[in-house]
Amino acid sequence: MPHSQLRIVIVGHVDHGKSTLIGRLLNDTGSLPDGKVEQVREMSRKRGMPFEWAFVMDALQAERDQGITIDTTQIHFKTKQRPYVIIDAPGHTEFLKNMVTGASQADAALLVIDADEGALEQSRRHAFLLHLLGVRQVAVVVNKMDKVEFSSRRYEVVAQEIKDYLAELGLQPKAVIPVSARNGDNIVSRSEQSDWYLGPTVIEQLDAFRPQQTSPDQPLRFPLQDVYKPDDRRILAGRIESGRLRVGDTLHFSPTGASAKVVSIEAWNHPETVLSAQAGQSIGITLDKRIFAERGHIAHHQADAPTLAHRLSVRLFWLVSDPLVVGKTYTLKIATGEHRVTVEQVTAVIDVEDLSSTPGKAVRRNEVAEVVLRSRSPIALDLASELPRTGRGALIDGNDVVGGCLVVEIEDAAAANITEVSHTVSLEERSQANGHKGGIVWLTGLSGAGKSTLAMALERALFDRGWQTFVLDGDNVRNGLNAGLGFSSDDRAENIRRVAETAKLFADAGMVVIASLISPLKSDRARARVIGGERFHEVYVAADLATCEERDPKGLYKKARAGEIAEFTGISAPYEAPDQPELVIDTDALSRSEALAQLLDYVDETLGKNSLKSEKELTYVI
Amino acid sequence: MSADLDQLENQSIYILREAYNRIDKLAMLWSIGKDSNALLWLCRKAFFGRIPFPVVQLDTAMELPEVYEFRDRITKEWDLDLKVEQCPPEEEMDQTLPPLTRAAARKTEGLKNLLRDHAYQGVMVGIRRDEQATRAKERVFSPRSLEGDWDVKDQPAEFWDHYKTRFPEGVHVRIHPLLAWTELDIWRYSQREGIPIVPLYFAKDGKRYRSLGEKNITFPVDSNASTIDEIIAELQVTRVPERAGRAMDNESEDSFERLRSVGYM
Repeated sequence: MPHSQLRIVIVGHVDHGKSTLIGRLLNDTGSLPDGKVEQVREMSRKRGMPFEWAFVMDALQAERDQGITIDTTQIHFKTKQRPYVIIDAPGHTEFLKNMVTGASQADAALLVIDADEGALEQSRRHAFLLHLLGVRQVAVVVNKMDKVEFSSRRYEVVAQEIKDYLAELGLQPKAVIPVSARNGDNIVSRSEQSDWYLGPTVIEQLDAFRPQQTSPDQPLRFPLQDVYKPDDRRILAGRIESGRLRVGDTLHFSPTGASAKVVSIEAWNHPETVLSAQAGQSIGITLDKRIFAERGHIAHHQADAPTLAHRLSVRLFWLVSDPLVVGKTYTLKIATGEHRVTVEQVTAVIDVEDLSSTPGKAVRRNEVAEVVLRSRSPIALDLASELPRTGRGALIDGNDVVGGCLVVEIEDAAAANITEVSHTVSLEERSQANGHKGGIVWLTGLSGAGKSTLAMALERALFDRGWQTFVLDGDNVRNGLNAGLGFSSDDRAENIRRVAETAKLFADAGMVVIASLISPLKSDRARARVIGGERFHEVYVAADLATCEERDPKGLYKKARAGEIAEFTGISAPYEAPDQPELVIDTDALSRSEALAQLLDYVDETLGKNSLKSEKELTYVI
Repeated sequence: MSADLDQLENQSIYILREAYNRIDKLAMLWSIGKDSNALLWLCRKAFFGRIPFPVVQLDTAMELPEVYEFRDRITKEWDLDLKVEQCPPEEEMDQTLPPLTRAAARKTEGLKNLLRDHAYQGVMVGIRRDEQATRAKERVFSPRSLEGDWDVKDQPAEFWDHYKTRFPEGVHVRIHPLLAWTELDIWRYSQREGIPIVPLYFAKDGKRYRSLGEKNITFPVDSNASTIDEIIAELQVTRVPERAGRAMDNESEDSFERLRSVGYM
């Protein structure tokens, strides 16, 4: 017998008999521990009820007393073919999030419908959610056939109705099985009472389902979970969501566009060298060069990149009482990446009864809708129909997961309304005309470390050599471009983002931009690096806090020590020194002119005439 | 072939890495039993040999001597950052609990003290869904109030491996990386990987411990399984529940549920 288990979810309207069916399956396959049947008999007797199979599942006191299943429960059983995990999903409307929790883990689903009542609202909602959650293998169980005297006519009516509904969702049930869970008809053995039914029993159908598998032949998606430095290795850790990667592959990272070669696939307590890994594996890799890569970035091969989108249509389900509203901003989490998105439009709220849709301004709890989301920064993603694991996500509001969604349409950033006009003057032409490249020299360091002094001196020196150059000083931009921003952490991050975007425009125009900002947080500087791309040069202007405090050119340390300035970097807020800046200038050790000389050397080497020449020659050689 | 074990291993590693990345101050509970030994092993895999958080034993001074011996040996060999939290005495427990359940409640109180004193925001616990019906209802990331209360009726949604990782002040999270494993999976995995096991699990004189707990409230069950192979063979046919030797579970219909609703693992 294979050990590999199949996960099934059993869904349906409240009181249509899901728990009873499960109790039966466990008993009839001999999967109940000794003493359980007696325990259930005793529990039923105490409550003055006939023998109740549902009590097998309803382990919690509260549930037994209320007579409804509250949460999803996972129970293991075996047939002769293989082991199973049953995820019992509750039918009560307010417990939708538990149903979603259960069903999203399933390989296959049984939809239980009362033969007498037919498909009710929850039956349809659950079917719709199965479709939304990506459960493709579904069988329908028409239960309580004993209540309709095993009428084949009644069965046909109920079966046809649910088949029609499922067809509209693009789902075709593998079987529609008439059963009486209470009496055990057509569960394990074929019932004599339904000799008109020729299809499989419940167990036969379960054994015919196949485990859900991710194919390694799909495009590679390796979303990063974390970066570890256990020793001198720098390991990018994550799980391959689709496709396969090999040692030696060149990986590209979205949305940064960085690329590097895979040097190794790291493994602990694994004697053989690992040369490739595929979908489903949690791995760690090392690269041939140090690139900026962090949690949320997605590695892929160049040929099959995910789409970079600012605007996307999703089909979503909403789980909480606060409705989703147009104009509100949420966090969209796709794989490990988190993105701020604003609801632009509720295109349609879908009525799960008849699948009709109406436009609206809000999506309420338990509703399903088509919604357009917009993000300020580009999101790397796929269509759910192509690569489900990078084409679906959770919506988070504050501390809570409030909904889930599938990406159904993507507006490619390249094709969006904001079309980037291509310039007729190329970067190379600008560089040739100026005699140097454009670039961003980003000076970071404590207040008083000497950033502004160094920035102004560099600007003077470059200008005197005939270079196009300009200083963007942290304090100066706050008077104009960023006048509306305060000093909250969000505002500080936005301040840095704007300076980086502005610096990029200057650099695109061919200038050497000298940005002088404390920019204390690694994450903010990392974002600036993403914006600036390869034109970004991080220079750490280093000095001891004590030295800076002694210099205190603006008298700020004194004020901060007196408590007059809240969150002052170095005193009451952290400064995160760069791990690997392009250049470190230690103003403790160097004189002003030595510091300038060192910086000037670096700029000349990376942006000056020689850097142009080698590029030019290379072009001719190729 | 053990593709299913690979799948479980990959999923648990994913969960461990999510916890480490998302939760600020993290610790792992180590009961020294087979499940938490497997969890330690998975941590070493997830973080390439070095476990980057402390490992805590909630000690009642009532474990069997073999357990303490095993703990000290493994702590040294694996260079664990072990912290031992002494649990408060039985007299301080809720006296309305049945006596054996009261003994088990000491660990709950020990855990509360640990959380209070060290301000851990997350603790990893090696429980499994198939052990016990109330554990079957658990989430992978399961939030608790400071008092450890578990609100089983209002648990967060958990789908597509998106876990709840943000919490208001005063809430901590239990992380359950082994939730999807079965008892049999743990044994097959321990065998495949060669994970060290407390010898009490192996039969001596027709008895073995199937689940390890304190010596006053845990009893060995009838068995002749003296190797992992024999244990695996035994589990494939047994119909005795795993926690049959845990006196507190069987004291009254809802004793384990009462323990869990106020914070037991």
